[in-house]
Amino acid sequence: MTKPERWKAYLPMLVVAVFVAIPFILSEATSILLCEVFCLCLFAVSINFLLGYGGMIPFGHGAFYGVGAYSCALMLKKAGLPFGFAIITAPIITAILGLVIGFFCTRLAGLKFALLSLAFGQIVWAIIYKWYSFTGGDDGIIDIPLPMFLYNTTYSYYFIFLVVGIALFVLWRITNSTFGWTLESIRENAERVYFIGTNARNYQISAFVISTFFSGLAGALFVLVSHNAFPEYAFWTKGGEGIIMVVLGGMFSFLGPVIGSFVLLFLHTFILSQTEYWPFFLGAMLLVIMLFAPDGIVGVIGRKWAFEKEKAN
Amino acid sequence: MSTTILLQQLVSGISLGMLLFIVSSGLSLVFGVTRIINFAHGSFYMVAAFFAWTVANSLNYWVALIFVPLVVAMAGGVIEMVLFRRIYRAEHLVQLLLTYALVFIIGDITKVIWGLLPKSTSTPEILSGGIMVLGVVIPKYRIFLFVLGIGIMIGVSSFLGKTRIGSYIRAASEDAEMAGALGIKVPRVFTLVFMIGVWLAAVGGVVSTPIITIILGVDMDIIIQCFIVVIIGGMGSMRGAFLGALCIGILDAFGYLVLPRFVIVFIYALMAVVLIVRPRGFLGKSAE
Repeated sequence: MTKPERWKAYLPMLVVAVFVAIPFILSEATSILLCEVFCLCLFAVSINFLLGYGGMIPFGHGAFYGVGAYSCALMLKKAGLPFGFAIITAPIITAILGLVIGFFCTRLAGLKFALLSLAFGQIVWAIIYKWYSFTGGDDGIIDIPLPMFLYNTTYSYYFIFLVVGIALFVLWRITNSTFGWTLESIRENAERVYFIGTNARNYQISAFVISTFFSGLAGALFVLVSHNAFPEYAFWTKGGEGIIMVVLGGMFSFLGPVIGSFVLLFLHTFILSQTEYWPFFLGAMLLVIMLFAPDGIVGVIGRKWAFEKEKAN
Repeated sequence: MSTTILLQQLVSGISLGMLLFIVSSGLSLVFGVTRIINFAHGSFYMVAAFFAWTVANSLNYWVALIFVPLVVAMAGGVIEMVLFRRIYRAEHLVQLLLTYALVFIIGDITKVIWGLLPKSTSTPEILSGGIMVLGVVIPKYRIFLFVLGIGIMIGVSSFLGKTRIGSYIRAASEDAEMAGALGIKVPRVFTLVFMIGVWLAAVGGVVSTPIITIILGVDMDIIIQCFIVVIIGGMGSMRGAFLGALCIGILDAFGYLVLPRFVIVFIYALMAVVLIVRPRGFLGKSAE
């Protein structure tokens, strides 16, 4: 093994060690911010599963984040169900909804797919927003009861870190399986995949269900950070935020959205501490990325590395 | 009594539909020719509404109606030449997100200039008050909107259908490459179409000021409604936008009588059903 490769092999362990150490080193506020980043990171990776690997633009994915959060919140607050049950069932409920919506969305491609997912997402949002007796409407659900240990920031941090870590590992394994490769080939040319006897649409529906499962899990975990649930979680701009994280980091790699979500949330916190005009910076940044580096941070770094290697040879 | 209410709702539905038509026809026209779904379309609407508030307060409404859309259309033309021209061949996602980025930027610039407070203008004197029709008082301003909507429908359709420049536009939207080979300056045609689209959004923004409160965030509201209209009517079709806008306006008005809280659900559901059953919309050309 050459030197840089050995360095690469230790990198994941180093990253994990850093995150484990953070609650002891940095302030409580940073830990809470990081919890939020973990949730959005999982959300962004689950979006990229459809966007980068499946070639589908899910503009209404905020709805699934919201449904995950609301099913978890309602089970804990209204039904008084045990926490373990709620956190496991919430993503399953989201995935069942994802199956129904995905069934219809995958009949279309390109812009029409994006618009239909937007329409479904907005239906879900509108129901959450208007059904006062069930969801609390625009008052949201506040003071959601959690098990005692989750009121401790450090424990809650480790819990979310662990669950998100496992979820990312599972998603990573899926993208590197035959399922993931088939999905990518469908993105490249659905017709050819169909000709070799693979039912492309079943793969797309399955991808949609997997993606919504993890979006729902991300939403449910976010309830542990915020202790509240609001209709905005399900609004289409939430999905838009996820897509921005994906393209910021780079949509053609697994780690891209992870990096994108960290960069975006820290920039958000930093710029808001300086000025109230965060959307302007966000817009300007997005504009530059779209014009000059549609493959995001990971793409730019990758190209730079390739260039240096070329030069070295 | 109940017929009075129904008639009143019908009138308000139609006039809302006309406003939606004016704005979404611009979106549809730009999509039909350049194949770009412009998220920032609603932002031009919002800027025009705020700008009209300033002009109407210092001068008057009619100056605003003539002057504001022209200025906003010019600004739109510059944005087209600087930004949009680079992405006509890019992927859908790049196009969507670039226009989405403009929404944030224009929104914040509007916030800097006009601030957070909601604004409203009064109806111009000639158009205030109402006319009795069949025992129902119809506000004159709603009749004005109706006439304006029909006028724009006829005006834009005959411009596209009967003039030389209109035929260039149709040629460029059918096959840009072939149109270019025949000597039509396609980039200029695209800029012109984009400016007409922005002009329509801005006209909608100006005429909305006496009936809708001008506030940050209307850009998002109107763009989603425009998406619904053009999906239902058929993307790129002028008559489709007219039909779609009327449907949404009337559905909205009557929905409030029946199930006021869930109107919005029905409207999104209509969009979803149209996309599932007939993805090209009522009057759209064959699916792409």
